[in-house]
Amino acid sequence: MWELILKPWPWYVAGPLIGLMVPLLLLLGNKPFGISSSMRHICAAVMPAKIPFFQYDWRKEFWLLIFVGGVILGAFVATQYLSDHTTAHLNPQTITDLKALGVNQFDGMLPANIFNFSSLLSLKGLVFIVLGGFLVGFGTRYAGGCTSGHSIMGLSNLQWPSLIATICFMLGGFLMVHIGYPLIFKLF
Amino acid sequence: MQFTIEKEIESNKSPKVEPKITSDSNLKYLLAGAIFGIVLIKSEVVSWFRIQEMFRLQSFHMYGVIGSAVLTGAISVWLIKKFKVKSFDGTLIQIAPKSFSKGQIFGGLSFGLGWALTGACPGPIYAQIGAGFGVTFVTLLSALAGVWVYGRFKDKLPH
Repeated sequence: MWELILKPWPWYVAGPLIGLMVPLLLLLGNKPFGISSSMRHICAAVMPAKIPFFQYDWRKEFWLLIFVGGVILGAFVATQYLSDHTTAHLNPQTITDLKALGVNQFDGMLPANIFNFSSLLSLKGLVFIVLGGFLVGFGTRYAGGCTSGHSIMGLSNLQWPSLIATICFMLGGFLMVHIGYPLIFKLF
Repeated sequence: MQFTIEKEIESNKSPKVEPKITSDSNLKYLLAGAIFGIVLIKSEVVSWFRIQEMFRLQSFHMYGVIGSAVLTGAISVWLIKKFKVKSFDGTLIQIAPKSFSKGQIFGGLSFGLGWALTGACPGPIYAQIGAGFGVTFVTLLSALAGVWVYGRFKDKLPH
């Protein structure tokens, strides 16, 4: 049993557990599942700058900041104590495709030759970390939610705007990987 | 009011004291978040490589995770509505409906582009930080900047 916990979890274990976050938060305090709002609350708390979008009582939403604190803690615990440090086998075709682009490190969760502090000030780091992060924050707020708020919570509640958002999330991803990547990797 | 008889007794003793957010009510969200963080890591949905596999249609993993999560969530929400379930603080569970705006298209596309670059949605950004990838803290700061810029220019954007 413990060995199974230490290994990467298959989708049919992880997916239902993620889905159960929806009823868990509803039962704990009538809270909708949705992580990206936490970033709005942080902006409202740290730099409201008299912008109407950030002028609300973020303290009432403090639970979500506690929740994301829990996510950081849980991720730490899982990485340090609940892992045998193996990763599931990637599709060999994915590895071949990425090698052709110049990604040559396949351990862990992120390619170390892109996601490190020394690449941060190179064009590569700026594109993947800084521009990527910006698009995630800007896009989720513009869309009114992210994969948790729209794709899981919204779809669970059969909301058609969430279906449109989810289709656009996927479409954006396909565009970046199939059209953006070949162009971007030529820059480095 | 939230939580138990002890609190009522307390408030009987000193009725003028405003009920505050208690530490135990925050603790439950910390624990819920920690469970979510563990699942995000163990399922590898925070993995940049897994996101690549998904957008290259080379693995079922991410589709299986998202699909079974939605199915589980949908059944849960259906049951909650059908049986008019109350949350632990005794209030009837209600879910605010989402309204459509063009933002779901433009914002959705923008997030998708960023998702494929960073390998992370907002939840996984926090998980990547917890997993010890220090540089992903910059991803978070950048995402916060994106949220702020959206808030600043919200009125000028099509919705």
